[in-house]
Amino acid sequence: MEVKSIKISDTPLSIDDAYQFVQDVSCGGNCLFVGTVRNKNKGKTVTHLNFETYEPMALKEMDKIADQCLEKFEVKKIAIHHRSGHVGLKEIAVVIAVSSPHRADGFMACQYAIDTLKETVPIWKKEHLEDGSYWVGARP
Amino acid sequence: MIKVKCFGVAREIIKSDYFELNRSDLSVKELRSALYESHPEFSMIKGFMIAVNQEYATDEMAITANDEVAIIPPVSGG
Repeated sequence: MEVKSIKISDTPLSIDDAYQFVQDVSCGGNCLFVGTVRNKNKGKTVTHLNFETYEPMALKEMDKIADQCLEKFEVKKIAIHHRSGHVGLKEIAVVIAVSSPHRADGFMACQYAIDTLKETVPIWKKEHLEDGSYWVGARP
Repeated sequence: MIKVKCFGVAREIIKSDYFELNRSDLSVKELRSALYESHPEFSMIKGFMIAVNQEYATDEMAITANDEVAIIPPVSGG
């Protein structure tokens, strides 16, 4: 039985795909985190984002996070899906879904997965503003 | 010849999606110094990691011509 679903997609992500993947008869809790594109950052108006990925390494790092979640927490299945390319306002940038027998481990695993993804997965976000663009987090 | 993949802000600094170094082997630390020397703009960013064969590498690691090498500027997924 497949317990991990790891994906980078240049087309819109489906929350339901991630949810359907993790659902399991032994699990009473399904925890989803959905990251979307907001219209403001540090007082500036954002028009859209562009995600660049080092895809083979990013998939490996996402797979490691899934393995860590399955090892550290009592969770059954996990999906980590991330967008690449142009992502507009309100569109989904990332979906993480976790199923667990009980909710506490689901919440913890979901938080661990998104926090670790932001630190280790080689994906870069370029934020496009009304008056320019910049790579998020690149400069001091 | 060592070919180094470049992403995000590193791709914009190098002005290409790869950088070629006329060496047959060197350490990650030496590669780092070579990059700062050829492109001083690297000192304007928060730093970068080097990946060798799709794994984060330490400064002491050796790189040879057959390795897949990449500059990993600060990541910002999610």
